[in-house]
Amino acid sequence: MGLIAKGTWVEIEETILRPEERAPTLPEDTRKTPLVMRVSGFLLEDASIGDAVTVSTMIGRELSGRLRVANPSYSHSFGTIVPELLTIGTEAAR
Amino acid sequence: MSPRDTSYQAVVSRKNEIMKAAMGMDYESFVQSPIAFDYERMMRETGYSHEDIVRIQRETKVGDTPLFELRNITEAVRKTAGKGKGARIFVKDEAANASGSFKARRASISAYEAAKKGYKGIIAATSGNYGAAVASQAAQRGLKCIIVQEVFDSRGVCQPEIIEKSRACEAYGAEVLRLSVGPELFYVLLRTLEETGFFNASLYTPFGIRGVETLGTELVAQVRERCGKDPDAVVITHAGGGNLTGTARGLGIAGCANTRIVACSVDLGGLHMASDRDFNRKSFTTGHTGFGVPFATWPDRVDVPRNAARSLRYMDEYQLVTQGEVFYITELLTKLEGLERGPAGNTSLTAAVTLARQMGRDEIVVVQETEYTGAGKHHNSQLSFARENGVEVRRGDPADNVPGKAIVIPEVLDQVRGKVQDMGKLRLSYLRNAAKAHPVGLWTEGDYSFLAADLKMDVAWVKKAIKELDN
Repeated sequence: MGLIAKGTWVEIEETILRPEERAPTLPEDTRKTPLVMRVSGFLLEDASIGDAVTVSTMIGRELSGRLRVANPSYSHSFGTIVPELLTIGTEAAR
Repeated sequence: MSPRDTSYQAVVSRKNEIMKAAMGMDYESFVQSPIAFDYERMMRETGYSHEDIVRIQRETKVGDTPLFELRNITEAVRKTAGKGKGARIFVKDEAANASGSFKARRASISAYEAAKKGYKGIIAATSGNYGAAVASQAAQRGLKCIIVQEVFDSRGVCQPEIIEKSRACEAYGAEVLRLSVGPELFYVLLRTLEETGFFNASLYTPFGIRGVETLGTELVAQVRERCGKDPDAVVITHAGGGNLTGTARGLGIAGCANTRIVACSVDLGGLHMASDRDFNRKSFTTGHTGFGVPFATWPDRVDVPRNAARSLRYMDEYQLVTQGEVFYITELLTKLEGLERGPAGNTSLTAAVTLARQMGRDEIVVVQETEYTGAGKHHNSQLSFARENGVEVRRGDPADNVPGKAIVIPEVLDQVRGKVQDMGKLRLSYLRNAAKAHPVGLWTEGDYSFLAADLKMDVAWVKKAIKELDN
């Protein structure tokens, strides 16, 4: 993986609470996992994926974490077709 | 500033001082006991009149949304309703607010207040439409904005609806702190408030709830103008309680005394809200019983000392609907009425169909919100995601729905029946929680009066109910 240039829009990840530090009231499955935070910002120094870095967020705050993704993108969609929906409301037409 | 201990315990123990600094509001002056507080005075002392709120909202593209009559859905209901039955169904198109939902009303006064008091920025912890609403209002008021969201499970899989909400917040210029599953979202909120000195735009402040009152006054004025009478019922999607509380208060301001206030939530019984495994087995991220029931039966479980959203104070009935029923109605709204709107906002429309079937043809039922839809939020997107996560999706009898396991979409409109939630049980559950917060033996007449008002009952009922609970 090549060097990612300073100024690139990236996503960083930071562990906020390790499993043993988490709130006492959690259900068992959640208690086994760490609380993880992801946030996007402009990279302040050249770095590679996995490096400890600092970013400047959209509002100019400086936050640190492990570099996860360069140019993080939204790829959510309308999903694959759900045929069960297609015949609702068209009964009269058929 | 000297470095402070930022561990979970240390930050949470500083909760009261952090909140006081982050809202410029001292709740202590309203508190009367561990249970009672002067609710009406707290709401009044926001310092805004109803007219002020309308004016502030118009400045930032909030309110004055259209009221549409759903003639084709009403006709479809009448086809199978009994003789003379089938009330007229109207919907308030709240998707027309800046940011696409009624939540803009809730965010607008907080953003105005934050700017007025000189805060540099505003923060909200929310995975719902409220995030985009706060970001949109902050953008217009020149405030920086941070939204804290619960987005992904331990596999890194994100709920598609919440990804869309992250995107919208970033689109409006907010910094979005995206978290894995867990209630410690609250800890991150506190830590970030302390780090930044920003304003806490909690969903549950008097500012948030007062902002929703205009929804109630507008819809009453629109129905009166169109139909020459008051609405007979208003159906409100219920989660944290602010939508219901604010709308019902607005109806009160408009002098609408005889309108039934009907809450409605999607039944997600059996799924744990803080469970990493259950997180992506829900096809609704709000408007469901996982919030609706706990918040109704103990409102003071929130990020402010006393909650301004107190749903049982105003609620007359509570309807439950299944995920499959709401998806069916969402598709029907699109095909019959030519309106493509988000499923969560259509929860109350689903209950309205059931109510309209039981009400007379000359009666009026108002669905008081819609929300925008699109990638991630769309019902096709939710159903396709459910299928990928091992949830069965099929057409059939919605009575066979099992939250997290099977979504059964009705075959015909007549199968959309909902289920009535027992109000008596909810009120008793509230009293049990009150007894946990403050032992019954210590309750004063002031506590009894507060509880009666908070349950829309009288003091004699509260005293009798608490005696029965003791036995």
